[in-house]
Amino acid sequence: MSTEAEAGMDESRAESLKLFLNLARSNPLYVFGLFFTVVYLGYSLVAGIDPAITGFNPLHTNVDLQLLPPSLRYPFGTDDVGRNLFLEVLYGAPIDAGASVAIVLFSFTVGLLSGSIAGYFGGWVDEVIMRVTDIFLAFPGLVLAVAVAAALGPGLLNAIFAIAVVWWPVYTRLARGETLTVKEQQYITAAKAAGVGRARLVVDHVLPNVVVPMVAYATADFGNVIILFSVLGFLGLGAQPPHSDLGRIIYDGLNYIQFAPWYPILPGLTIFVIVLAFAFLGDLVRDFLDPRTRR
Amino acid sequence: MGIGGFIARRALLTIPVFFGVTFLTFFISHVAVPNPVLAWAGEKASPQTLQAIAAEYHLKAPLYLQYYYYMSGLFEGNWGVSPVVHLPVLQLIETYFPATIELSIAALILSLVIGLPIGVLSALWSGRRLDYPIRVLYLTGIASPPFLVALGFQLVFAYYFRILPSQGQLSPSLAPPAHITGMYIVDSLLTHNWPDLVSSVRHIILPATALSIITFPIVSRITRSSMLDTLQKDYVRTAKSKGLPSSVVTFRHALRNALTSTITVIGFALELLLSGTIVIESIFFWPGIGEFTATSILSLDFPSIMGVTVVYTLVVIVTNLVVDVAYGLLDPRVRIQ
Repeated sequence: MSTEAEAGMDESRAESLKLFLNLARSNPLYVFGLFFTVVYLGYSLVAGIDPAITGFNPLHTNVDLQLLPPSLRYPFGTDDVGRNLFLEVLYGAPIDAGASVAIVLFSFTVGLLSGSIAGYFGGWVDEVIMRVTDIFLAFPGLVLAVAVAAALGPGLLNAIFAIAVVWWPVYTRLARGETLTVKEQQYITAAKAAGVGRARLVVDHVLPNVVVPMVAYATADFGNVIILFSVLGFLGLGAQPPHSDLGRIIYDGLNYIQFAPWYPILPGLTIFVIVLAFAFLGDLVRDFLDPRTRR
Repeated sequence: MGIGGFIARRALLTIPVFFGVTFLTFFISHVAVPNPVLAWAGEKASPQTLQAIAAEYHLKAPLYLQYYYYMSGLFEGNWGVSPVVHLPVLQLIETYFPATIELSIAALILSLVIGLPIGVLSALWSGRRLDYPIRVLYLTGIASPPFLVALGFQLVFAYYFRILPSQGQLSPSLAPPAHITGMYIVDSLLTHNWPDLVSSVRHIILPATALSIITFPIVSRITRSSMLDTLQKDYVRTAKSKGLPSSVVTFRHALRNALTSTITVIGFALELLLSGTIVIESIFFWPGIGEFTATSILSLDFPSIMGVTVVYTLVVIVTNLVVDVAYGLLDPRVRIQ
């Protein structure tokens, strides 16, 4: 009996994977988004475990090679101390990936827990949780993140924490709204009538239906987090040199915009392409999870 | 409910938010900070200064007293002294505030001027071929980090074509206009100072456009969806079936009602613009609060950073209040909720 059910589950999983890939193939932008983000995150994982794989030594400088324009040997040119900018970007980009994954996961978890509790229980629990999120939402995001990061001191972990502090309330609102909708659905009433316990009701019936729209939102949200993280790096509050993240590389290149424009611009375009890829991936996931938007 | 009651109730709602927000800034600046005395005194403070600062800000007092002193300081205008430039933080903020307001308003106007037509056109053309380039433009706006656009503009218009100045608020060879509002464009208009007016308008174009790239996609998306929504309404169909020209139906019937939801997004847009000023002003050396924030971060000027946080947040709270009230005035249904 149970093996049969599992086999059915496997089959439906294989089917949805097929559907997902078919959907991805229907639009070249989706292909780009899926391919690029998978390669970027996979590469970041490998480079995060062993940074030496990039072949970039941030401490190795060569003044003879200062500010060379892009060429075959140096696709992004070189920086003010003669380092290969392309490798510097390859070395820095995984920091942005890791930070964004950490921030989105944190916000997702905190938001899912607090939002579903607020929505499911209602009453004063709901009131307290939502008034606290209101206060966080009253701040302009970047400004609050800057204040937190400045209080804790510049550094990668503090920057991640500062953005996470700002980022979770949106997820709480989303989870609460979805929980309120799901709670009123007839299948919940049916499950209650069938005598399903409260804990199982939440875990088996409410949460899965709250998680799905949140996953769609979170995928598209990666891009926003990467931009905000790069802005903190740009302001000097992110990873500290020589282990610069993308925003920090751009900040270092700022003074050379006139005579060596590739130095700040090409790392900036890299962020642009990453964010674009995540935006397409977000569209793809949304189309996949919500059949109503499929054309 | 009357208009007065609605406004009063909405205004009362901001009081708990204000206290919540200042409690959070207090928490960040007095509890979360690993070493509050060092943070408020600055990195280079001598032991004597550290002691003086601890006494002045009551940093050794019990927390509930510290909170009391912090709040009374906020209300009395005693926001601390910058350890870097040795001036009261509030005075510094007053100096930089007008330039930021001028830049943000210019950017807000620009993002409405760019975003509204794009939103309306893409709603009218939805599903047709021209919808596609508009979507590309929208995605480009969404995916661009703010510094990239600013640097691109600077490179192309200031360094390559040399048609617009790359930094500052006014040509260095000109004396600033007489101080009335502190906003150079307004002041030079009021004092009929034409050279200053031309120069300050030329200086604001690049930073304001770069800033508006952050917000015009939001304006156009909201306008598009509410326009699509309104075009489906029965009264629009009725207007069409009466034989009214389609331009009249589009603009006078549909757009007018679609615009109310664009107004609600202005509060959110202004919040994004204010955040954006930190990046844009520091790239264009625009002498506003944003650039002040960026330099305060680099010089670890903690009292200034906390002061700026409070000011930015107050501006956002007040803007949201004004937007909500305006929305209630435009749409009587909102007042009942």
